Amino acid sequence: MVAAGAVAVSALAAAPAITVVEAPGYLWLIPGLPLAAFVVIGLVTRPWRLLSAAVGVVAIGLSFVFSLWTFIAQVKAGPDTVLASSLPWFTTGTLHPMVGLQVDPLSAVMLLVVTTVALMVQIYSLGYMAGEAGLSRFYAYLSLFCAAMLGLVMAHSFVQLFVCWELVGLCSYLLIGFWYDRDAPAFAAKKAFVTTRLGDLGFLLGVLLVCTTAGSFEFSEVQAKIGAGLLDPRTLTLAALLLFCGAVGKSAQVPLHVWLPDAMEGPTPVSALIHAATMVAAGVYMVARFSFIFHGSPDAMATVAVVGGITAFFAATIALVQDDIKRVLAYSTISQLGYMMLALGAGSVTAGMFHLFTHAFFKALLFLGAGAVIHAVHTNDMWEMGGLRKSMPWTFWTFAIGSLALAGFFPFSGFFSKDEILVHVLAYSPALFALAVAGSFCTAFYMGRVVFVAFLGTARGGGAAHAHEAPLVMRGPLVILAGLSIAVGWWVWDFARFVYAGEMEEVHIHLGLAAATQLVPLAGLLLAAGMYVYRSPDPEALSNRFPGVYNLLRHRYYVDEAYDWLIDRVVMRFSAGIGWFDRNVVDGAVNGVAWLARQTGAQLRYLQTGRVQHYAAAVFGGVALLLLLARLGGAR
Amino acid sequence: MVTTVCAWGTVAAALAGLGWFVGLQLAGDTVYWISNLMAVTATASVIVMAIPDRYERFIKWISAVFAFAALVLSICLALQFQRGEGVSTFQFAESSAWIPGLGASYLLAVDGIGVAMELLTGIIIFCGVLASWRVEHRPREFFALLLLLVTGVFGVFAAQDLFVFFLFYEVAVLPMYLLIGIWGTGPKEYSAMKLTLYLLMGSALMLVGFLALYFGTETYGAPGAHTLTFSLDAMRRTAYPIGVQKFYFPFLFIGFGILSGFWPLHTWSPDGHASAPTAVSMLHAGVLMKLGAFGIIRIGVELCPEGARFWLPYFSVFTLVNITYGAFSAMSQVDLKYVIAYSSVSHMGIVILGICTLNDAGLNGAVLQMFSHGIMTGMFFALVGFTYEKTHTRMIAEYGGLGAKMPVIATFFTIAGLASLGLPGLSGFVAEFMVFLGAWQMNRVMCAIAAVGIVVTAAYVLRVLQKCFWGPLTNPHYDEITDASPVQILCLTILASVLVAVGMLPGWLVSIINSGVGPVLARVAGGG
Repeated sequence: MVAAGAVAVSALAAAPAITVVEAPGYLWLIPGLPLAAFVVIGLVTRPWRLLSAAVGVVAIGLSFVFSLWTFIAQVKAGPDTVLASSLPWFTTGTLHPMVGLQVDPLSAVMLLVVTTVALMVQIYSLGYMAGEAGLSRFYAYLSLFCAAMLGLVMAHSFVQLFVCWELVGLCSYLLIGFWYDRDAPAFAAKKAFVTTRLGDLGFLLGVLLVCTTAGSFEFSEVQAKIGAGLLDPRTLTLAALLLFCGAVGKSAQVPLHVWLPDAMEGPTPVSALIHAATMVAAGVYMVARFSFIFHGSPDAMATVAVVGGITAFFAATIALVQDDIKRVLAYSTISQLGYMMLALGAGSVTAGMFHLFTHAFFKALLFLGAGAVIHAVHTNDMWEMGGLRKSMPWTFWTFAIGSLALAGFFPFSGFFSKDEILVHVLAYSPALFALAVAGSFCTAFYMGRVVFVAFLGTARGGGAAHAHEAPLVMRGPLVILAGLSIAVGWWVWDFARFVYAGEMEEVHIHLGLAAATQLVPLAGLLLAAGMYVYRSPDPEALSNRFPGVYNLLRHRYYVDEAYDWLIDRVVMRFSAGIGWFDRNVVDGAVNGVAWLARQTGAQLRYLQTGRVQHYAAAVFGGVALLLLLARLGGAR
Repeated sequence: MVTTVCAWGTVAAALAGLGWFVGLQLAGDTVYWISNLMAVTATASVIVMAIPDRYERFIKWISAVFAFAALVLSICLALQFQRGEGVSTFQFAESSAWIPGLGASYLLAVDGIGVAMELLTGIIIFCGVLASWRVEHRPREFFALLLLLVTGVFGVFAAQDLFVFFLFYEVAVLPMYLLIGIWGTGPKEYSAMKLTLYLLMGSALMLVGFLALYFGTETYGAPGAHTLTFSLDAMRRTAYPIGVQKFYFPFLFIGFGILSGFWPLHTWSPDGHASAPTAVSMLHAGVLMKLGAFGIIRIGVELCPEGARFWLPYFSVFTLVNITYGAFSAMSQVDLKYVIAYSSVSHMGIVILGICTLNDAGLNGAVLQMFSHGIMTGMFFALVGFTYEKTHTRMIAEYGGLGAKMPVIATFFTIAGLASLGLPGLSGFVAEFMVFLGAWQMNRVMCAIAAVGIVVTAAYVLRVLQKCFWGPLTNPHYDEITDASPVQILCLTILASVLVAVGMLPGWLVSIINSGVGPVLARVAGGG
């Protein structure tokens, strides 16, 4: 113990001193206000749709103000200050879990991202969901989501992170299935919950492993124990891999990515908020938050990098051939989350988190833009759109900005964050760098394809021909998010001095690399323009020429089919087998015992004949037998 | 007119009598809280028996009023329970001589575990009576038996004398036979017979253990106390030799385990719960299954701590089967009520696993899971009953899209389902998390296997929700069906509120439970 304590002291002395400051009370209001909005809408304002919507918007608006305030305070205080506050949750002999809040640079950035996007989405939904009968329910769920998501990013302990993690999953489930009287949303909601649950199994076990080994639920204490070397490397690797399972599920990484495209069955604002900007990024946030565990295990870091790299490329290729505009964006989200994981695995929390930061704005913008289009043309199929540039100029230009940012063109924000990632990945592994560059080619291609097919050319459907520009309440958020998508990239230098794990990283925009990597998306964009504007090469001819590749991509590498087979043929049959075993073998034994008892009774009752002679014979026979036995016994 | 006045007069008189009775008790020096609690339901049982069947509504009102009184008393019991340093483990003690020749006395007292269970019973019986509002067949006997049964349950959770314990235990178990056999559905005679025979087999096994403990008080009693007695307090002070503990612990464990749905002796439970009428399923799965787990703790672990330490690691393997096998069985069911019944088998496995850990997190979690599962499964069975009442079928395949017609029932079903799959914010999570923490400390691999159960649970619960309530309304028979009635909504609201309250703020209930768990663990650690 003494030796361990000495190590702890030296380790603490080496790291920059963290100052913990008691958090101001308004910190509790940041998740508290949306939570209150959920309760108020659920219990009071449910019958009045617009009032409910207003309650939701006002709550998240105030949350945004407080978050901005907190963020500014955190910037002023510097990266080495942590605001924290906690209350006991329950207490037993050995367990003392707390409910608490903690804000450090990582949380402060997330607060800003979540509240900004949530506010934009809630305002936008006033227009998008205007005619919806379940508007109160919609805003209640959205508010609950915001509360849980804000609780997640401010969590100070493993238990609370897990609790909020599951609650955002619940809100995702409820909102995907918002139109519950249709088959597809109901199915997609279930699929999303069960798939992420599978990952959460690992997360739960990881939490159990870390907390029982370190003897505490709180990040700061566990971090101190790990810093002191109290957890051996094998435990750290196992813990990191288990925790990463949760991130794979939540952030839709291969092989648990299958739920996210189906989650597009939910209302589009939900896709923007939950399934693009915030909840799906929680896995990335979690890995960044637990960098003190992951950085202790090179193997786990390599796993994160490889999973992220494969996901980044693999999902981008699927997005090349999708027809549904939301599904293109969904696969794009999976791919971009892969880039974030790749950066984290390559060892740069700064790069991963900065991409999360920029991606949140431009991907929310793209989804909201897609929502505006869907709202106008009443279809998700981009082949039924076309020519929308004229009828929806605001939507077109903002969507184009979002696309350029996503493709990583200078000077949009995506350029800065993607460049950061590529610099780090190149240093980490050339193979993964190649995957990442190939992915960025695909990214530019599929976004170019969406823009050219949906917005240029002529209208190919009745809806597209009569499309109108979105109302102001929907346009406003698009413009604001477009502005952010252009502007936030320039923050990269200060961001690197603010959010980091371990040692601060200096940002060097590598001019040669940047120039080279700008050519790749440019090539993708030009190819898309050639194929979908000038029909040269002709896309249909290409797909006919390479049917194998085309079908593989169209069928999303048959992963969904493989899962369906696994569930139908293995899991359901196994459970049916168990059910049969219980009914027939276990219960058969029970009924067999009952049958035996009945049969015994049925046979033995013939002994009771009612004739005195028989009884007398039995008595005498018995006595004779006993005497005989006594005699034999005596003889021995 | 006259009969109406007479009947309402009876209700008023009953209320007044109840108030007078309680008032008289409160005015005295000693308040016999536990006896009062039992007296309330026992009196109600007698009064209801005296009302002819044709005054059906008054039977129900009387039952509801008295059940509500029992609920209030159980809440009072919990609120007044002292926690913290220096307070005695067992409180509200009552003692009077009964059969001195046998060493049996009327001893009652509750510790933290008992209080939590009394509270659970109070909530479930009130909600159970509300859920039985539509019972029309022989309501007099139905409600009388229901209230008699619950009197026995209240008694078991407070008994401090093995004789009294066994007596109340049988009072709690035997009315089941009639309740299922007469008011049940499906193969009710078979189910009632199976359930009763199984539970009697359990009784026989535990009786062997009881007698060993009883005669042991004379042989191994504390110095100067070598007298035959059924008193649990005396037994706790008796130094049973390790060999005796090891020999008799399995009798106690399996005897009680049968009632908890311990695999492979669980098959009475799906049949029994599926055949039983709504309120009986609620009480049986909600409360009676907890009697078994409670008995394992109170009699098995507490009186034979060495035996428990020896045997529980082996038995814990069976609980893993309970958890996963129960969940997979639930997934394969086509009848909604069987799904819920098998989910009870799975969830009770988590309770017993928690007991098997014999550590702080695990045992606290086990007791909290007993409470949480009682509320949750009570809610489930109520919901299945209400749905059946409208649709006249329990086959999942015949449902579909009911959420559009019955949004209230669908919403509550979702809440119960989420509690069942251990969603944080609802009570099941806190309990399961504690059990898993305890199990992890005992054996990591076993904990991981048990945790697989929660994924399977999510799969079957969400599958049921999707198939029954979401999607388009497919069956034209249901175009006219209505949502839950106000009484049903009251019942469901109470249960859901408890799930949320305990899930969000478990501190109060956990501290009560912990005050009972601590001394049990101290006995285990101290080797008796």
